[in-house]
Amino acid sequence: AYCLLTSHIEVTATSRHYVDRLFDPDPQKVLQGVIDMKNAVIGNNKQKANLIVLGAVPRLLYLLQQGSSSSELRAECAVVLGSLAMGTENNIKSLVDCHIIPALLQGRCMLTVCVTPCQDPTVIPHLMSLLSRSQRTQEYITQIFSHCCKTPEHQTVLFNHGAIQNIAPLLISPSYKVRMQALKCFSVLAYENTQVSMTLVNVLVDEELLSQVFVRMMQRDQPIDMQLTAAKCLTYMCRAGAIRTDDSCIVLKTLPCLVRMCSKERLLEERVEGAETLAYLMEPDVELQRIASVTDHLVAMLADYFKYPSSVSAITDIKRLDHDLKHAHELRQAAFKLYASLGSNDEDIRKKITETENMMDRIVSGLSESSVKVRLAAVRCLHSLSRSVQQLRTSFHDHAVWKPLMKLLQNAPDEVLVMASSTLCNLLLEFSPSKEPILESGVIELLCSLTQSDSPALRVNGIWALMNMAFQADQKVKGEIVRALGTEQLFRLLSDPDSNVLMKTLGLLRNLLSTRPHIDQVMSSHGKQIMQAVTLILEGEHSIEVKEQTLCILANIADGNTAKELIMTNDDILQKIKYYMAHSNVKLQLAATFCISNLIWNEEDGSQERQDKLRELGFVDILHKLTQASDPNLCDRAKTAMQQYLA
Amino acid sequence: MSGQSSGCGFLMSVVVHGDSALNEQENELNQQLRRLYPAVNELETPLPRSWSPKDKFSYIGLSQNNLRVHYKGHGKTPKDAASVRATHPIPAACWDKHSYGYHGDDGHSFCSSGTGQPYGPTFTTGDVIGCCVNLINNTCFYTKNGHSLVCDLTNHLSIFVCPQPNLYPTVGLQTPGEVVDANFGQHPFVFDIEDYMREWRTKIQAQIDRFPIGDREGEWQSMIQKMVASYLVHHSYCATAEAFAKSTDQAVHEELASIKNRQKIQKLVLSGRMGEAIETTQQLYPSLLESNPNLLFMLKVRQFIEMVNGTDSEVRCLGGRSPKSQDSYTGSPRPFSSPRHKASGSQAYLTGFDGGCCNGVMSSKAHPSPHSHKPCPPGPALLAPAAELSSLNGSHSLQQPNASTDVDMEVDHFTNGVTESSSNGFFNGTSKHGAQTEDCDTDMEVESAQSKRQLCGGSQAAIERMIHFGRELQSMSEHLRRECGKNSVNKKMLKDAFSLLAYSDPWTSPVGYQLDSIQREPVCSTLNSAILETHNLPKQPPLAQAVGQAAQCLSIMAHSGSGSCAFAAVDDYLH
Repeated sequence: AYCLLTSHIEVTATSRHYVDRLFDPDPQKVLQGVIDMKNAVIGNNKQKANLIVLGAVPRLLYLLQQGSSSSELRAECAVVLGSLAMGTENNIKSLVDCHIIPALLQGRCMLTVCVTPCQDPTVIPHLMSLLSRSQRTQEYITQIFSHCCKTPEHQTVLFNHGAIQNIAPLLISPSYKVRMQALKCFSVLAYENTQVSMTLVNVLVDEELLSQVFVRMMQRDQPIDMQLTAAKCLTYMCRAGAIRTDDSCIVLKTLPCLVRMCSKERLLEERVEGAETLAYLMEPDVELQRIASVTDHLVAMLADYFKYPSSVSAITDIKRLDHDLKHAHELRQAAFKLYASLGSNDEDIRKKITETENMMDRIVSGLSESSVKVRLAAVRCLHSLSRSVQQLRTSFHDHAVWKPLMKLLQNAPDEVLVMASSTLCNLLLEFSPSKEPILESGVIELLCSLTQSDSPALRVNGIWALMNMAFQADQKVKGEIVRALGTEQLFRLLSDPDSNVLMKTLGLLRNLLSTRPHIDQVMSSHGKQIMQAVTLILEGEHSIEVKEQTLCILANIADGNTAKELIMTNDDILQKIKYYMAHSNVKLQLAATFCISNLIWNEEDGSQERQDKLRELGFVDILHKLTQASDPNLCDRAKTAMQQYLA
Repeated sequence: MSGQSSGCGFLMSVVVHGDSALNEQENELNQQLRRLYPAVNELETPLPRSWSPKDKFSYIGLSQNNLRVHYKGHGKTPKDAASVRATHPIPAACWDKHSYGYHGDDGHSFCSSGTGQPYGPTFTTGDVIGCCVNLINNTCFYTKNGHSLVCDLTNHLSIFVCPQPNLYPTVGLQTPGEVVDANFGQHPFVFDIEDYMREWRTKIQAQIDRFPIGDREGEWQSMIQKMVASYLVHHSYCATAEAFAKSTDQAVHEELASIKNRQKIQKLVLSGRMGEAIETTQQLYPSLLESNPNLLFMLKVRQFIEMVNGTDSEVRCLGGRSPKSQDSYTGSPRPFSSPRHKASGSQAYLTGFDGGCCNGVMSSKAHPSPHSHKPCPPGPALLAPAAELSSLNGSHSLQQPNASTDVDMEVDHFTNGVTESSSNGFFNGTSKHGAQTEDCDTDMEVESAQSKRQLCGGSQAAIERMIHFGRELQSMSEHLRRECGKNSVNKKMLKDAFSLLAYSDPWTSPVGYQLDSIQREPVCSTLNSAILETHNLPKQPPLAQAVGQAAQCLSIMAHSGSGSCAFAAVDDYLH
């Protein structure tokens, strides 16, 4: 390439000066030299060609790869190289001839190049056009794409530049390396990307559907790396909605392939990737979870993931021990993730998982591991299993999982906290035997502090846990909750922008306001604020569920002895109840009717006066109408209420 | 007799209450079964194709070509189950002790005992259950609706099967009205068995490829070189052997003169000049034929055949043609010849391999150094074989050696523990090559010796000589019987040879194959081996022995139920 160029390019003395400065013993001067070179070549194709001819590229590459070069120098070198690459076709060819790509693919300099493609719109078309050159450029460029493509924006940029059409033919290249890099590229492009995935399913490669090409690549006689990457592509396409979860290429090909990747015969890295990909594939689909749970005894197979480093490796081979240690955390977190995914819907699978050897002990120790990744995965697994009433009653209690869980809640990154607090919500359900010890451990303060978090997920979990805790709780617990949370915070939560938070807060209020003495006590101390909040919600733009919950709170208040009066004396509220009794939504009608029914209940003091007042306000007419309602529940409820007048 | 191994074979899959089985073409089934059981010869060990109407309980009914099973009624108690087994076992024998099962009602697995242990999911109406026995690692697993239930070998749920017992596919039924349809390979299986087999084929091949060869550097290479050299010497490729030995720095363990003598005799045999061959042998190795009357008898029988053919020197003279000018044999023994036949009924056969070798030897010998043969004293004139070969080849395509005859004959020879199935496969792959080369040689002879193909070359005197020789042969045979006892091989040999005279055109007769020049090769090889033995040299080249040994090993593996042989054929490694 050099000879060819020298024949028609005049090498000037100034150009030589730039190159000479790259060899200066003073690093500072070298840096300045590179910067000057950068400024000299911008937009100057002739200068670029001169520098290439003078051998600047190998020197720049050398400086780039030298460990002793400062990061500043290396960055500048990469920029100059990038700039040289922006010149004519010949320049690019010279650069590629210097094996610039493998050099750039190593180490930190890659980062510099990584950003460039997506910042500079002309680099990608250049790289695309180089794809047709040789198998080597195909291999390197697809590798660059897979390395650089880190965000959905990157995916879109590559997609818009025709990455799919340009790379698809490479899947049937005679070179294994090219096929492999092209395949990797597709896995990166398709990940969580509906647009790419939807396009991919319709692509034909040599008259064959791309999905079928991937299926062929998963054949058992193909190299493992290829099987695994092909399975990833199909997994991502499936999760992006481009392939149905009941498609045979998923059920009979991808899933079994990924299960095989978890086998003891595979390398530790492959087992990690296999398990993670499989967990991702079946997360939303219970049928896939059921199939996977029986395929090749996967549940038992995963137990092996916890046996590294094995006692054998420690004795026999130090190198192996080192290798095992390195992968032990990865293996454990991958297994927890896969168990979490497997057990997320089906009760039988959860039972099978908890019955696996030492499973609960493994989760318990996983919760306190030093690696955040393992802790997160362990708590995800615990969360998945905590959806089982049976497990909450048995294994969860037997293994006192609440202890490490509480410890985990003290000091953990947000993502761990979200999972841990969500699990705690389930452990605080009234039938859970762990509820008592958790209460005694002083969890209330912690939950209250969660409700003040910036993260909506943490606020929801905090208030949700408090709600569960307050369900059928004794007066002491309820009092503690109100005290710890503080009315101010309670009412702040009632105006929370997140409707989930609002719902759970109303749920908490409703649970606090149950059984007559509790109702009267709470209402006597906080009646005014509560009525205010209720009014606001009923007037505001809220979902049916929120309004229903609020009306149920009113119904509870109406059940109190003294609390009733707070409603009876509030005409505004009474009008609202009347309004909801005539609402088009049956649920709201039912809740409102329930409220009136409580107010006019015969056996209580002052029922006559209340009945009279409400009759005056026209409630009897409404009740009469509701006895004709088509909904049987509403009809019954209205009839029961009417009987109070007749008695 | 123990069965052959099937490598890994899918026994069957059953559909509980599934669609009715259609009658598929028998051929298709045969092909499918061959793919599924690569190393099985059905003639020897038939495969299960349906349920056996004999081996079943009376409550079991069969229909749909014995593929559908239904339970007709109650046993003594409602808990009684009934079963039926397939017509044949999976080749690999102990029905009582070793049985394995998977139960639908509880998903338990049963291994040689009445108590099961939790294994997989339960199954019921509509499910397709498969069973696969892997005779490579001697395990068994089941599949449900195409999903495998394999487990790691270290897992306690692994089902290890005894490699020896005959395993009969069997189903048991308990519920009245229950129906089970079976698929023994008539239809594609729901489980991708082909893919499973691909993985094992790859594993076995990787194992072979990675097999450690020799610890010390250079040892392997020098061994290969010795094998090649000994092969060249064995077949008397003097010049090539010399050049090869020189370039690889080896010593040749036989004197050059001795090699050349053998070469000379081989040439004579291969060109059909048996009389001269016998004479030369007696001259050079005086005691050989004396102490080996059966060998002499064989040579004489061949001589008789060559007389019928008109190629033997004795009848040629009578035909008025000079042997020298008539002789048009290539000047070197057809290189593929001798090794195609084993010396004396042991396992030295080497064919495909030979084909490759022969080409290289031919050209190097014929073109660059024809003079190296000149010293051979009374040797036939050395023509430029390559040139003639091609022109002759182009103008004649009369006599095509019958490849199938060739194979049949080869197979007949393998009585020594080599199964037909493996030897068949072995030869089929290579007979083609032999046949091509054969063309040239045959044509050449046709041109010079028998363009009209008349008995003994058409000369009345020659016919008389042949008849006379036949009588001598008859009396020699009687003499041999008196001296050494009955010999069925000799008897048949003579009978076959004499049968030639029973037809007006012996060449097209059912015994006409004897006239084919390819039949000279076993004779040549036997004689060559006998000469070598008198020199205390191996009667077979180590190379042929190694290949024969490998094939024999595979065959023994197949008979002893070692499954990996199904995915390893010697042929795959001979290119």
